[in-house]
Amino acid sequence: MEPIHILEIQKTCDTEFIREVEAASGQQVRKCYQCGNCSATCGFTRFYDYPVNQIMRLVQLGQRDIVLGSRSVWLCAACQGCTTRCPCNIDVAGVMEALRVMSRQTETVSEQDVKLFYDEFLRSVRAFGRVFEAGLLPVYGLLSRKPFTDLDLAPGLLRKGKLTFFPHRIGKHREVAAIFERFEKLRRSKASEGGKTDGP
Amino acid sequence: MAPESHRSKEAKPGAVGSIQGSAAGPARNPKPATRNWYLTGRKVAYYQGCSLEGLASEYDLSTRAVCETLGINLVEIPDWSCCGSTPAQSLDPLLSGALAGRNLAIAEGMGLELVMTPCPGCLGSLKGAIELHENAETRQSFLEVLGMPFEGRVRAISVLQLFYEALEAGLFRERVVNPLKEKVIVPYYGCLLTRPPGFAQFDDPENPVSMDRILEAIGATVPDFPYKTECCGATYGVTRNRIVTELTGRILDMALRVGAQAVAVACPLCQQNLDLRQEQVNRHWKRTFNLPVVYLPQLIGLALGISPDRLGLDKLMVNADFLLEPAAPDASEVSS
Repeated sequence: MEPIHILEIQKTCDTEFIREVEAASGQQVRKCYQCGNCSATCGFTRFYDYPVNQIMRLVQLGQRDIVLGSRSVWLCAACQGCTTRCPCNIDVAGVMEALRVMSRQTETVSEQDVKLFYDEFLRSVRAFGRVFEAGLLPVYGLLSRKPFTDLDLAPGLLRKGKLTFFPHRIGKHREVAAIFERFEKLRRSKASEGGKTDGP
Repeated sequence: MAPESHRSKEAKPGAVGSIQGSAAGPARNPKPATRNWYLTGRKVAYYQGCSLEGLASEYDLSTRAVCETLGINLVEIPDWSCCGSTPAQSLDPLLSGALAGRNLAIAEGMGLELVMTPCPGCLGSLKGAIELHENAETRQSFLEVLGMPFEGRVRAISVLQLFYEALEAGLFRERVVNPLKEKVIVPYYGCLLTRPPGFAQFDDPENPVSMDRILEAIGATVPDFPYKTECCGATYGVTRNRIVTELTGRILDMALRVGAQAVAVACPLCQQNLDLRQEQVNRHWKRTFNLPVVYLPQLIGLALGISPDRLGLDKLMVNADFLLEPAAPDASEVSS
């Protein structure tokens, strides 16, 4: 975690970033007055580098690199506690979600393992139409170089007849793959137009 | 492409949802009993989601068995596909909406109006899809990626809401043949069943009571459970195991402190974290919790007299057979 130099903050303030976050999330982050309810609610503060109220403040201060490179953005479980309790009616979890998506686009994802797991999950969905839980773990273990991930759970699952060794491919799995393809095509065409969203 | 906002915090009028609660106070007087059309034997689309095919197979078994007993007519969505869950949401809400939307479109094509899912993660994705379709700014991209006809006539609810409304409509009355007397069970709702309130449109976000009421109705003793909506750590069991063992340990510890013999859940991921990972939690906290974590429909099923085999009770990692033991004779009955 990089130390923040308070005197540098004006120099590093990127007002475009504030606009982008507000457009992407559909939320007025500027309304946040730092009451701290979100961080008081958040069960993940102890695992974060910046508590969620500080993330909101850093967005207000246009600190693109710090926010999009933070661990907090990728360790948020989207439990919706902050959104529920925000007195300014800001969908804080929605802002965190938008920041996750943005950090993927700028390739500044802090928690590579989390991203890897999500990517493998989606690869499984794309191939089979459904996620193949038992196949996902060994692949994740290999790619993340943590081959023993959750291996301790295997004997119990085997005993309960819950480990399946072959994926279930749905009949029209190509329909699901086609959704991914159309999504990627749309994203490419939007990117080449230079437009960012079809939202506000 | 940046994500599109698809969630609103404010509740919409005319929404499916029967407990009128607010952040100001818990819902004490849910709306009077009315029998929804879907409790009268008309078809309800059933979207079980991937977990219920694998690690949560007992949740699927018990949901089907209880619905059958209550006369709720579930029709599995043919050739259903994964909603994309958290991974799709982290990539783009539009992808998440389209993946979930395929299932809504199939249900709608069959003339069904309501999709019920036991998985709160799937529920979130289904509702996200409905919102993308309702929002004029996102509808076109949504339909383009979905690539199927969809008019937005279907709605989505959780199995908890379905059972709560069945209770309200009196469907449990006279059917509870085997009340879970003297069994102390705490309800654990987790995050997404009631949050954020405008999205869930069901029960109270701070102090939900629907599962409490169901457990009471099937005869269990239900203590106040302060951690009923705390997060269990969600999907981080695989990637950041310590997050789950820390958070889940606190929930199990609080359950024991209020005297629970079991925890009732209505989410496959919460159940995995609390039950399947309980050994990992034990190692982390140097404790021996040994606390059964049982799916709500399994508990309802037992009370309705459905055999434990049909409810997959033996599929739970932490043994829950104490539920099958008859209650000790009531002291007052003995003396009289």
